This record gives sequence, C-alpha cells and structure tokens, in this order.
Amino acid sequence: MEAQLSHIEHVDHHHHPQSLISKYVFSTDHKMIAKQYLAVGLLMALVGGAMAYLIRVQLAWPGKPVTGWGFIAPGSYMAMVTMHGTIMVFFVAMPILLGAFGNYLIPLMIGAPDMAFPRLNMMSVWTLFVASLVLIASMLVPGSAPNAGWTGYPPLSAVPEYSGSTWGINLWLLALALEFSSFLMGGINFVTTAINMRAPGLTFWRLPLVVWMEITASALFLLSVGPLVAGSVMLLLDRVLGTTFYAPSQGGDPLLWQHLFWFFGHPEVYVIALPAIGMMMEILPVFARKPMFGYRAIIYSTIIAGFLSLIVWAHHMFVSGMDPRLATPFSILTILISIPFAVMIFAMIATLWRGSIIFSTPMLFTLAALSSFLIGGVTGIFLGSQAADIYLHDSYFVVAHFHYTLFPLLFMGGFAGIYYWFPKMFGKMYSEPLGKLHCVLTFVFFNLTFIPLFMAGFGGAPRRIYFPYGYDFLKPLQHYHVIATYGAIGLLLGQLPFVINLFASMISGRKAETNPWHANTLEWTAPSPPPHGNFEHVPHVVRGPYDYSVPGVAEDWVAQDKVVTVTVAAAG
Amino acid sequence: MEADIAIHANAPAIETDSLVSLPASRVALWIFLAGEIMIFGGLVACFMLYRIAAGGWTDEASHVDWQVGTINTVVLLTSSLTMILALAAVRRNDQQAVKRFLAVTVALGIAFLGVKAFEYHGHIVEGFTPSKGMFWSFYYTMTGLHALHVTGGIVVNSILLIMAIKGTLWARGETRLEIAGLYWHFVDVVWILLFPLLYLSLEAK
Repeated sequence: MEAQLSHIEHVDHHHHPQSLISKYVFSTDHKMIAKQYLAVGLLMALVGGAMAYLIRVQLAWPGKPVTGWGFIAPGSYMAMVTMHGTIMVFFVAMPILLGAFGNYLIPLMIGAPDMAFPRLNMMSVWTLFVASLVLIASMLVPGSAPNAGWTGYPPLSAVPEYSGSTWGINLWLLALALEFSSFLMGGINFVTTAINMRAPGLTFWRLPLVVWMEITASALFLLSVGPLVAGSVMLLLDRVLGTTFYAPSQGGDPLLWQHLFWFFGHPEVYVIALPAIGMMMEILPVFARKPMFGYRAIIYSTIIAGFLSLIVWAHHMFVSGMDPRLATPFSILTILISIPFAVMIFAMIATLWRGSIIFSTPMLFTLAALSSFLIGGVTGIFLGSQAADIYLHDSYFVVAHFHYTLFPLLFMGGFAGIYYWFPKMFGKMYSEPLGKLHCVLTFVFFNLTFIPLFMAGFGGAPRRIYFPYGYDFLKPLQHYHVIATYGAIGLLLGQLPFVINLFASMISGRKAETNPWHANTLEWTAPSPPPHGNFEHVPHVVRGPYDYSVPGVAEDWVAQDKVVTVTVAAAG
Repeated sequence: MEADIAIHANAPAIETDSLVSLPASRVALWIFLAGEIMIFGGLVACFMLYRIAAGGWTDEASHVDWQVGTINTVVLLTSSLTMILALAAVRRNDQQAVKRFLAVTVALGIAFLGVKAFEYHGHIVEGFTPSKGMFWSFYYTMTGLHALHVTGGIVVNSILLIMAIKGTLWARGETRLEIAGLYWHFVDVVWILLFPLLYLSLEAK
C-alpha cells in the first residue's frame, strides 16, 4: 500500500524539514538505515577482530601473556573462538553485505524513492542493534560467555553443566533469534521492493546483477532459516524447561541440531557470498569499460547455486556418524555446486578480457577478492568429497578454507563496495593512495595469515585446541602458527589506512560529482549524496545496466535511462 | 539535466512488468508466510522423524484428549469462517457486519487459547510437564509456538476491530482485512496439521 503512495508523493519527500533525531537516529530513509547497518557491522568487526588477535597470539605462543590483554584462560579461549565466529558471520557479514548494501543499493538501483516498507526497515535495523547489545551482554553475564562453538553443537550447548555457561548461551540464542527476525523483516522488504518498486522500463532482465544477488540471498535466508529457528527454540527449551530434544539418554538426538544448523548454515554462506559477488560484478564492468560478460548465464547460475545450496548441508557432517551411502549423494551435489560458481568466476574473468582496465581502489579490491576467493572455492571441492573430508575435517585446513571464502567476499568485496559507493554515500571522494595502500596490505597479510593454516591442516593440526603443543605430533607445526599470527597482526594493522581514509575523507574529502566513475546504473543519476526521496523525477529505464563502449556512441558509457540513436556505419 | 529531460520526452513506449500491479503488502505477506512455513515445517519434520525412529509414543500420546482437541479445531475453523465473512462484508461495505464478524473472530481466538490453557493445566496437574518425555517436549513446543501465533493474530484482529469501531479502518479496509485474514488462515492451517499429528495418531493396539 505504502509503495504506491510513496511513488506518487516522493517528489515532496525531501522538502520536509527533519529534526536531528529523525534524520540520524530514528530514520526511515533507506540510505541512513544502510549507514546504520554499516556502522553496526564495522563496530562489531572491531570486536571480532580483537578476538582474532587474541586467538592467534595464543596459538603462536601459548601460555605467554598477550599484549593488551594478559593470560588467556582455556575457558575464555573457547568463548573467543565461539564469539569470533558468531560475530563475524551474523553481526558483521550480514549487516554489511545484506543490511548496508542491500538497503543502500536496491532502491537507488531500481529507481525507487525508498524501500516498500520504510518503517519495517527502521524496525529491522533497531532489532539488529538490540541483538548486538544482547550478544555483548552474553559475554559479560556470570558463568561463562557462550563457549559451545559458533555452530553450538549439543550436548555441549544443551547441558549447562558441560559448558559452564548458563545465561551466556541462553542470551546467545536470544541474540541469534533477534538477528534472524531482523533479517527476516529485511528480506521481506528487499524482495517486495525489488518486485514492486522498479522504475518504469526496468524489467527483471534489466536489473543490475547486485540487485538480483541481494534478493536471491534474501530469499535463500528466508527459506533456510525456518528450521533453525525451530531448532533454536528446541535448544533453548532443552536448556531452560528440561525438554529432551537433544538429550540422547531420553530418546533425543544431538545430530538433529547438526542437520537443522547446516540446513541453514550452508545457504548462509551464499547469503553472504552472493551480495559480495554482486558488488564485484557492478565494479568490474565499470573499471574494465566493458559490458558484463554473460549477464543471463550469471542470473541462471545464481538461482541454480541458491537452489543447490539448500540440498548439500550434510557435507558438514561426514564424520558425524553418517551412513556412507548417504554421504555420496551429498558429495556429488556439493561438487555440482562448483559449476554455477565457476560460471560466475569465468564471467568475471571474461569481463576483464581486452577491457581498458582502470586500477582504482575498488577494482584492486575486486581483483584481490576474485583471486583469493578462487583458492577458497577450489579447496572447498577437497572438503566436499567425503574421502578427503574424513582426513581434513575439523583441522586447520577447514579453518583456512572457510576464511579463504568468507574473508575475500566479506572484507575485500565489502571494501570494494565501500570505496566504490563512498562518493555516493558521503558525497566526498576518498583518498586513492591510502585506499591502494589499504588494499595491498590487506591482500598480502591475508594470504600470509591463511596459507600457513592450509599447511598446518594438512599436517593434521585440529582446530579448537587451546594448547596444541601439549601433543608431540603438533609441536613441529608451531612455526606455521607463528607465521599466521604475524600475518594476522599485519592484517589488523593494515586496516588503519581504511579507518583514517574513512573519517578524513568524510570530513575533508574532495566533493564528489554525481557520476565520478562514468557508470550506467541508476544510483549514479541521483545527486551525491542523494536527498531523502532519491530522484527528482522517476527515471524511465530504456536499457540494461552494462552498456559500456557501445560502438557508434561518443562516450564509452550509456546511463540506463538515456535514449541514444546509434548510427552504425554500413559495412563494406 | 535539461538534456536528459529532453531525451525523456522522446522516450519510446515503456515496457512494464505485470507483477507491479500486485499490492506490496500482499507480496510481502506471502513472502512472510513462506518463512513461517519453513519454521513450522522444520518442527513438524523433526516430530515425524523422531516419532518414526522411536517407534511410536503410544503411552505418552494417549494422555491427550482428542475430544477437547476436536472442539478446539471446530472453534478455530469457525473463526476462519467469520474472518472470511468480515472480508465479504467489507467488500459490500456493510460496516456493522464487519464489526460483528471481527468481534466473533477475536472471541473465538480467545476461546481457543482458553481451551488450550485448560488442557495445559490438566496435563501439568497430572505430571505431564515438558520434561516428561519426547512426546511432551514436542507437544508443548508445537502447540506453544502455535498459540503464540494465535495470540499475534488476536492482537492484529483486535486492532482492526478497534479501528472499525473508531471509523479509521475503512480507507484501506479491504486490503487490511485481506492481509490479516491470510495470516489468520495460515495459523488455522498449521493447527490442521498439528491436530492429527498430536491428537489422532495413536497406533492401533
């Protein structure tokens, strides 16, 4: 209902005077809400990053006091491992890639004045904010912080006596429940907006790829999280009411949680991956000055990958006592999923082929993400085959694989997006030298951190061990951990140029033009930064998003709402 | 900018998507229901898997009263009927009938919760608490989650009833009743699944 109304009224939107509170705090403007999501995500990344630092130092030099913290107790080590995973996946990746960029880009790229339900949008971000506070509270309550791993497997998570964490894990479950409802509301809003609010002429086959990816990711989240919501309710009741869902002694089955968790957990990887890949696909054609290669093939691949991701979950459970005959179909399906992703990767590489490549910061980050993600993807095929997985499962190989998929997409892809849309978001240009320095430091130190972990994993180092060198066979692997820790410290310090760049450019950056990159998509036809209501006139879209270097057109770009007459010289 | 506008004036006929004609609220509600179906679907699937693996919980399950369950099923199904009648009434602009049918819907919803509370009370007095065994774990979780959804529906329907009495409902009355009705019928459909699973699936001796 509001959709149609705001379509008519949107021209007046930006004339309403706004108080500071309604502009910055309780805002219904999708652009401000996007920035709030970004702020939550970046702040939580600081918390998650601090934990990564503590974990890494403990693994390299166990038992030595950590600079800035002191000794790490075994219990706090387990809590840090748990919270690092929970924070990075649910409170950094999703808020930044879905919350911030989904909110910022979907209305602007489809030529809409705002989301379909602006107040629901505000409620989503505030629910996430409350969820973050509950999560932080879960670390501070008496008893232990949540320490059952980010996957929260029972019986460790189900029986307070086993973990020593009483209110910690209860609040952890509550924080996740709030986070899920926040992104359910957000997902409903995203999909509805993309279906209902597209500007005239913007058919589904003219949507920018990132919009396709954001709505596929939202739909995937929506369809996969339900069973885990049910499973979390069951886990919470096991803890507080004494139900027996996961208690083997009374007919329950801890494996049930693993099924419910991974039925969500695997699609969740794509919920994070797709928006990041979508952003990379917006950036590549702009800085290669070439149309995106294989537009429709990418969309079909996205949908196929999304569908397949719902039926591969048991590949996380090959060593959980599963029938090998059941493992084989899951192995095959898992390896099948590499086909649609290979299509996307090759389409990105083919877009670069014979382009006029401009190595700006967003482009460098995109290329860094693409090349690093490739290693993550290829090692995933190792783990998808059950024969290899039985050896590699729960080793540092898995940790390295996981970080090689999520770090490039979340951080490198996310930074690419932040730099690329920085002029639109803040109306200022960022500093290009600082951005390039940030990219080089991130890329080098990221690889220095995680390549050694592949080797440690191949050597048989199991994850989640507080003091690995108490075991003789792990002693020779310590130097890998030392290298990885130096890499991790470098990686953390390497983010300083970003922080400086973000704040310095926001305050005193050069003023950004409407379309500094000469890009085609609709957000670049709105002023930088766009006012509340976004567009002066409803854009009328006449073409797809990637018409770069069209023969016969004077400029090498044609905005999506621009009508041009092409004169094609008659051949011979 | 002026150049662009000039170009727009000569723009060719614009293609549109037929989907745009759907109201946003209806699209959103169906997406929401898809998510809800996955929540209850997950729970029901776990119940069925456990029940098949455990070889039946005849002893435990024989303590629920199928007659009370049947009465409650009738109550909830009737409330769905009155919800539809309210929608039909708003379509022919019969405001008195809308108020009447909404009031009956809310009353039946409360009656359903009352019967449910009466059942819970009986079970707990007899010692069948959630920790009594697997059947009772599922019984309380499934009916409890459903009762929460019924409560939500009662709140929505009550708000609509208050708006109808105050006279603020009518501007978008049909859409509002349709959306609330869709949700209310969904809650009903979930109960139609839970009722046979929890009350009627005793094994033949």
